[in-house]
Amino acid sequence: MSIFEYNGSAVVAMVGKNCFAIASDRRLGVQLQTIATDFQRISKIHDRVFIALSGLATDVQTLYQRLVFRHKLYQLREERDMKPETFASLVSAILYEKRFGPYLCQPVIAGLGEDEKPFICTMDSIGAKELAKDFVVSGTASESLYGACEAMYKPDMEAEELFETISQALLSSVDRDCLSGWGGHVYVVTPTEIKERILKGRMD
Amino acid sequence: MTQSGVDVPPKGGFSFDLCKRNDMLIQKGLKAPSFLKTGTTIVGLIFKDGVILGADTRATEGPIVADKNCEKIHYMAPNIYCCGAGTAADTEAVTDMVSSQLRLHRYQTGRDSRVITALTLLKKHLFSYQGHVSAALVLGGVDITGPHLHTIYPHGSTDTLPFATMGSGSLAAMSVFEAKYKEGLTRDEGIKLVAEAICSGIFNDLGSGSNVDICVITKGHKEYLRNYMEPNPRTYVSSKGYSFTKKTEVLRTKITPLMERVEITEVGEAMEE
Repeated sequence: MSIFEYNGSAVVAMVGKNCFAIASDRRLGVQLQTIATDFQRISKIHDRVFIALSGLATDVQTLYQRLVFRHKLYQLREERDMKPETFASLVSAILYEKRFGPYLCQPVIAGLGEDEKPFICTMDSIGAKELAKDFVVSGTASESLYGACEAMYKPDMEAEELFETISQALLSSVDRDCLSGWGGHVYVVTPTEIKERILKGRMD
Repeated sequence: MTQSGVDVPPKGGFSFDLCKRNDMLIQKGLKAPSFLKTGTTIVGLIFKDGVILGADTRATEGPIVADKNCEKIHYMAPNIYCCGAGTAADTEAVTDMVSSQLRLHRYQTGRDSRVITALTLLKKHLFSYQGHVSAALVLGGVDITGPHLHTIYPHGSTDTLPFATMGSGSLAAMSVFEAKYKEGLTRDEGIKLVAEAICSGIFNDLGSGSNVDICVITKGHKEYLRNYMEPNPRTYVSSKGYSFTKKTEVLRTKITPLMERVEITEVGEAMEE
């Protein structure tokens, strides 16, 4: 069994018109046993940048704490929030530092950059950035997510339509993956508000 | 002396803290993670006035295409570019690192960078990691001594060639070069040959695909033709798109309003001296 399949996870982020959506499942398991159904995978770095980490849960939490620490240092020095592109480079550098003994997680970063332009990117566990203009996926359900997103994604969707699309893609993909599921957690961020929604999914 | 508990930002280089834990997990039977690779076809050739570099744009994670349009031609200096094959994180990190070192060197010497300088910095780094930093590169550029093209292997050996190919599609591309390359090609002939070689890799090698990127470097001028050719457009999209009749069930909603970004403009007279 792969190390990434120890806890199970599904994460997806999509770009819309001046907004983005980031979604994850909520299961935390130890191989085939489920131990939590409300695990927080998506974390806010600041109002306009979110990071979701899939993979080994212990590394997800450790890496998140390290990144919040580095971002707070940056805020103290620069007296402003980090741009999403800069944050992605920071995560990439922190992951590559551990090239020969990596953190066993794959981040998905989403944010609103200059002029409220949405930015998404994902990385493998050693920091190889993959910038996409449409959607990025990560986790044990990633293969199903690739398929669902390719089919359902349309460019320039508004916030409500984007929410519907990402939720349907997430729920249909985790239905085909034993290790992820138990509902969904979706954040849709526009320049004026963050809408956080918990989805009802199959609990198996 | 006790270990500092604070995670101070490190001085640089690799850190091996998690190796012991990862080895323990592997011994317990969990498989090691696979990294994003760029299966790739990368090529370079020297033509009459300079160097042309070409690359495909597919990034793979095992058998799955992770990125359909990634950039494999990396900037090193205004007159030097480098194509990378192998583990994507390694090629990006190594080219970024050497690019910074070249810029500092330019500030120190006050001269334009030479391709041989980039070559030596890359091969020193790769050799010192004995091939574990898995980056296979095609480095090309035009400096004061003329156009140069080199290949660098992950273990640190280098070749200097008039035309070169690397990556999983290198045999497909090399067959095109061996058949059609001649010295003194013009710019258009060179671009056409490079595009043909990359297409040969895209269509015949499973690790390469999507579009063709080309970079033309001549004395004092460079042109980065991103997505020069797109021989694999997506034609199966349904024009209606998806419409969901049954909406997703939402258990809880929480809305956090965000403050608008405020622009502060100074209005009024400056203070009197």
